[in-house]
Amino acid sequence: MQSEPQAIKRALGRTLIRSSAGKTRTRDARVINLGDRVFYIATRTLASCVILLALLLVGDLFRGAWESIGQFGLKFLIGTTWDPVARQFGTLPTIIGTLVKATIGLLLAVPISIGAALFITFYVPKWLRPIISYPIELLAGIPSIVFGLWGLFVMVPVIRVVQIWLKAHFGWFFLFDGPAVYGVGVLSGSVILAIMVVPIITAISRDILLTVPRLQIEGMLALGATKWEAIWKVALPYARVGLVGAVILGLGRAIGETMAVTMVGGNSFDLIHSLFDPVHSMASQIASEFTEATYSLYVSSLIYVGLVLFGITICISLLAQLLIWRLSKGKVAIFE
Amino acid sequence: MKRSFVLVIAAVALALTAVAAQAGCPTKGVKELTGAGATFPYPLYSKMFAEYVKACNVKVNYQSIGSGGGIRQLQELTVDFGASDGIMDEKQKAEARGGAALHLPTVAGAVAVVYNLPGVKRAELKLPPEVLADIYLKKIKTWSDARIKAANPGVNLPATDIAVVHRSDGSGTTYIFTNYLAKVSPEWKDKVGNATSVNWPGDVGGKGNEGVANSVQQIPGAVGYVELAYAKQNNMAWAQLRNKSGNYLEPSLDGAALAADQPNLPDNMEVMITDSPNAKAYPISGFTWLLVYENMKDDAKADAVAQLAWWMIHEGQQYALPLEYAPLKGPALKKAEALVKKIKANGKPVLN
Repeated sequence: MQSEPQAIKRALGRTLIRSSAGKTRTRDARVINLGDRVFYIATRTLASCVILLALLLVGDLFRGAWESIGQFGLKFLIGTTWDPVARQFGTLPTIIGTLVKATIGLLLAVPISIGAALFITFYVPKWLRPIISYPIELLAGIPSIVFGLWGLFVMVPVIRVVQIWLKAHFGWFFLFDGPAVYGVGVLSGSVILAIMVVPIITAISRDILLTVPRLQIEGMLALGATKWEAIWKVALPYARVGLVGAVILGLGRAIGETMAVTMVGGNSFDLIHSLFDPVHSMASQIASEFTEATYSLYVSSLIYVGLVLFGITICISLLAQLLIWRLSKGKVAIFE
Repeated sequence: MKRSFVLVIAAVALALTAVAAQAGCPTKGVKELTGAGATFPYPLYSKMFAEYVKACNVKVNYQSIGSGGGIRQLQELTVDFGASDGIMDEKQKAEARGGAALHLPTVAGAVAVVYNLPGVKRAELKLPPEVLADIYLKKIKTWSDARIKAANPGVNLPATDIAVVHRSDGSGTTYIFTNYLAKVSPEWKDKVGNATSVNWPGDVGGKGNEGVANSVQQIPGAVGYVELAYAKQNNMAWAQLRNKSGNYLEPSLDGAALAADQPNLPDNMEVMITDSPNAKAYPISGFTWLLVYENMKDDAKADAVAQLAWWMIHEGQQYALPLEYAPLKGPALKKAEALVKKIKANGKPVLN
């Protein structure tokens, strides 16, 4: 059994392969008509612009960070001191802080988002769907500074109470053995990130789950499967590539998030030992220090942080590609 | 007869106001100036520039991108003037493409040390300089520490841990605060130093005044520093600090203005007035400066910048107090005037 988009893709692939080989046994894309040709060139130019832009960005980051790279090299990545006065820069605590906050944020957000998306897609009557979806999309459009201020004034006091309780009862566990009373820190940062990425992951997951062919689900149900089995064995396997994509988009936002996370994260340059320790994240560090970076090595080091952040983003997206590639191979095996 | 007399008076008065309105206005046709820099004086500058366009029909575009950015843009000659809460260091001066830059003080401000101690009201807490430094160095860790108690007889200090809150973004406020700590504590100077952003020994970083203020208000036992205006508006409890003469003072605009009233101000005004010798000076005070090139190539621009600076240190000063900045007075004003008069166009002074 083969789904329609794949069949189209194959046919297209055949056309392109043959045309590039110079043989025109089937109709060549280049001679179909002038309009197609122009459109092809236009889109190709635009696509190259995007690639060019990315390359320019990398080049410029390298150029800006060059002084700092020359000074610190790769030690920058494992250095734990960020001291603008002594002109000593290392960014390990910030890298860890960023990754930890984003990971915990995703761990909190993914079950909520996918659960919500499944509910909206398979359990809610059609007329009710927009009423539930709309607030979620609204959440996605709220500027991050609003999340930040809300987090600082409303969420942090609640988190503080939770942290103090956790420390009092589970303080023997290293994750809870930290300065609970601060309120701002890893946990607050993670929770605010989770709240910010939930709408994105939910909205995309919902759209992807809606593409699951109704006939397959109904077929499953007709064969006597429960709704749970239909979702677990048909819908999720069908949609998993897209769902992974949705999670990766959420991760992207979590890692690059600046404003909200800096308002509730505590912004310390020390290594974290517990969930309650205050810690900076890379994007917010760049944003908050760039304006007052008064000498060139300082600016250069901040750009170096940007370069590292860029590198991390690329690594994550490569990992995601790999994951999707493996998943889709599995999927082909199931469906063929 | 009487009527014509009134008319004459009116005419004279009109002529006088016309002259007054002309003072400080560019005479060479410049209609627009651009500046960039410090965020601390931004509320005042935007008020001043809004009034300046009414008085002189010259529009001033000011981007509050931070002192560091202001200095960089001045170095690159992309603005007509910069603004900074700190003094340019030798290296920055050397990198300025337009030659020597003047530091013209416009107003002074104060930084309040705020705290959150249930039961201890505003100004009840007294902090000697070395104690404040050791709190920020994390050497004094609880409020019931013997050294804090010694300075505060009769105040009921709890055994709460001290949570130290600082600015996480680079800022002029941090520059003034760390400058003070470096002056009063050799250990601070050695280990941490003085800059717009430093390697803090402890605890929580808040984004902007609002981040620091909020953390201090929420964390029991917290101590932090914010601009005086911000502490006032949020009704925060602030500490009395001991100045160089041994007097304990609350933060105030008068205290900041008096910090600038000291005998040994240098002529170039490149001076931090923290820990001032004046007996009534609040110790954590500082100027904010306009940065302009001493000698400019463009005759009309030089004239416009000098006139603007002159207006800001005279007519513009009336807007300072309502916005919680300390106006220039006494020797500081005299020296600022002398500095504005040093502005030249191709070697010729533009004001006389």
